[in-house]
Amino acid sequence: MMTNLGNRVTQGQFSFLPDLTDAQITAQIKYALGKGWALGIEYTDDPHPRNTYWEMFGNPMFDMKDPAGILLEINNCRKTFPSHYIRVTAFSAVRGVESVTMSYIVNRPKNEPGFGLVRQETDGRTMRYTIHSYATDKAEGERYQ
Amino acid sequence: MSEELKGKERYKSGVIPYKKMGYWEPDYVIKETDVLAMFRMTPQAGVDADECAAAVAGESSTATWTVVWTDRLTACEMYRAKAYRVDPVPNTGPGTKTEQQYFAYIAYDIDLFEGNSIANLTASIIGNVFGMKAVKALRLEDMRIPVAYLKTFQGPATGVVVERERMDKFGRPLLGATTKPKLGLSGRNYGRVVYEALKGGLDFMKDDENINSQSFMHWRDRFLYCMDAVNKASAATGEVKGHYMNVTAGTVEEMIERAEFAKSLGSIIIMIDLVIGYSAIQTMAIWARKNDMILHLHRAGNSTYSRQKNHGMAFRVICKWMRMAGVDHIHAGTVVGKLEGDPMMIRGYYDTLLDTHTPVQLEKGIFFEQDWASLNKCMPVASGGIHAGQMHQLLTYLGDDVVLQFGGGTIGHPDGIQAGAIANRTALEVMIQARNEGRDIWNEGPQILADAAKWCSPLRAGLETWKDVTFNYESTDSPDFVPSTTASV
Repeated sequence: MMTNLGNRVTQGQFSFLPDLTDAQITAQIKYALGKGWALGIEYTDDPHPRNTYWEMFGNPMFDMKDPAGILLEINNCRKTFPSHYIRVTAFSAVRGVESVTMSYIVNRPKNEPGFGLVRQETDGRTMRYTIHSYATDKAEGERYQ
Repeated sequence: MSEELKGKERYKSGVIPYKKMGYWEPDYVIKETDVLAMFRMTPQAGVDADECAAAVAGESSTATWTVVWTDRLTACEMYRAKAYRVDPVPNTGPGTKTEQQYFAYIAYDIDLFEGNSIANLTASIIGNVFGMKAVKALRLEDMRIPVAYLKTFQGPATGVVVERERMDKFGRPLLGATTKPKLGLSGRNYGRVVYEALKGGLDFMKDDENINSQSFMHWRDRFLYCMDAVNKASAATGEVKGHYMNVTAGTVEEMIERAEFAKSLGSIIIMIDLVIGYSAIQTMAIWARKNDMILHLHRAGNSTYSRQKNHGMAFRVICKWMRMAGVDHIHAGTVVGKLEGDPMMIRGYYDTLLDTHTPVQLEKGIFFEQDWASLNKCMPVASGGIHAGQMHQLLTYLGDDVVLQFGGGTIGHPDGIQAGAIANRTALEVMIQARNEGRDIWNEGPQILADAAKWCSPLRAGLETWKDVTFNYESTDSPDFVPSTTASV
């Protein structure tokens, strides 16, 4: 159980809202395409806040301009990994940005055990902190079953 | 035409007008490498505007009050700043409420300045000249920094792009709050506020500008308790979070010691105040780049010289200098909150901090084109008297690249700090979603919030509490321009 009020990982742009419907996901895809951004789909069963490299469900779709086609890919990913975290990521290639411009979660496990905080007491009152994901005690692919 | 005296006549001992000394050159051709400055001048009665501009150019470069023969040992014509243009300011002078003012444009050769030193640049540009008797009042409105000079500066230690990558937060403004009350909380009580707000959904918490190391809470206590709060909130939400640790202290050595301690505890961000001075800011920015630290700057003190329209300097120039000096965040106004700010002027500050290239935009108070030469972007921070009910206005005015700081608007929530944070985060996400869906948030904003409040009770309570709070005062600093070059109303 996560201990925050929503009982969930709140990464991404829309985690405080009710889960997005396919129509709402499509509206966000259209916004990104309208800006000229490429969309990618990424999944993981290790949602540690500093786990940057979620697995890519294929390369970012630089040449896919059809929102329905992108939604189809999202749904393929959801079918393949129904209990993983899945996020949609938009990439801008514009000079001065050249980075991620949108990121929102479109799939998450039913139960999110969340993270523990491991405190290592060191010199004086100084502390070293480790954020530990309970799910990652199990091997990759066997979490959130 | 230039009225410069030449040769022997020019160097006769005595006092001659600045115009005749070579500081007024209306046909000067600007070089790409020149530093340009534009001042708003109110000349003393009887002082001619061109002479006044020449005096400003003279006193901010090589001149002293009298002729000196030692000029002739140098390439003095190059070192002299040149006033090259003087325009009357619209809506000033006879028949208006304001004394006659002028915009004076001055060009400085790049060799007048030491590279990578805001202190040196400013010692010339705002050094002596503001106290000169020939001007009744003087205000530095804008500067153009040439690419060649910009390239000698580090620029923001982290920058907006990398800050977002480190924080893993994209496509929305970041959310923060300042711990309140500013003064008096013990370290333990202070950390409580930090924990509640971060766990509720904010990205950052912040020390206030005058929280350093007082008797009620010494700095190490604050750092230790706040980092426990940050990490606990991070574990509770699965997000990267931070608390701006204010390391401002009496000496730079002491600031470095505090910054090192913040780093050893795993803090991602530290904070300094503008009052520590330009060189100290540059030192901290270099330290921050070396130590993977985001550097937040509170603009404490700026209003003493940036607010009045006739004297001092425009805040956009401070923004420019601070981006060069290398800070990652700077407080730059809210438009709708409790602190001074005309919407277009504030947009001008934000553009100055975020653009890769800024065109001339008189309506925003931007008088020069500025190429930013791949210097990182500096994140503007909107802080002071803002709340969730203004989310559509904030997003429209300020855009995505901003930290929205809801201090009272989080901690003052009737159902507690976590509820306040949830209200702010939910209001933000629902407004981003609506905007991206193509809805007209400026007009539909209140309805969008009201709809979200139906399923989000903390937002409902927040909207109810602050529904009528606005700060509608007239701005003291607004742009003066007329769309065409001739008309004056």
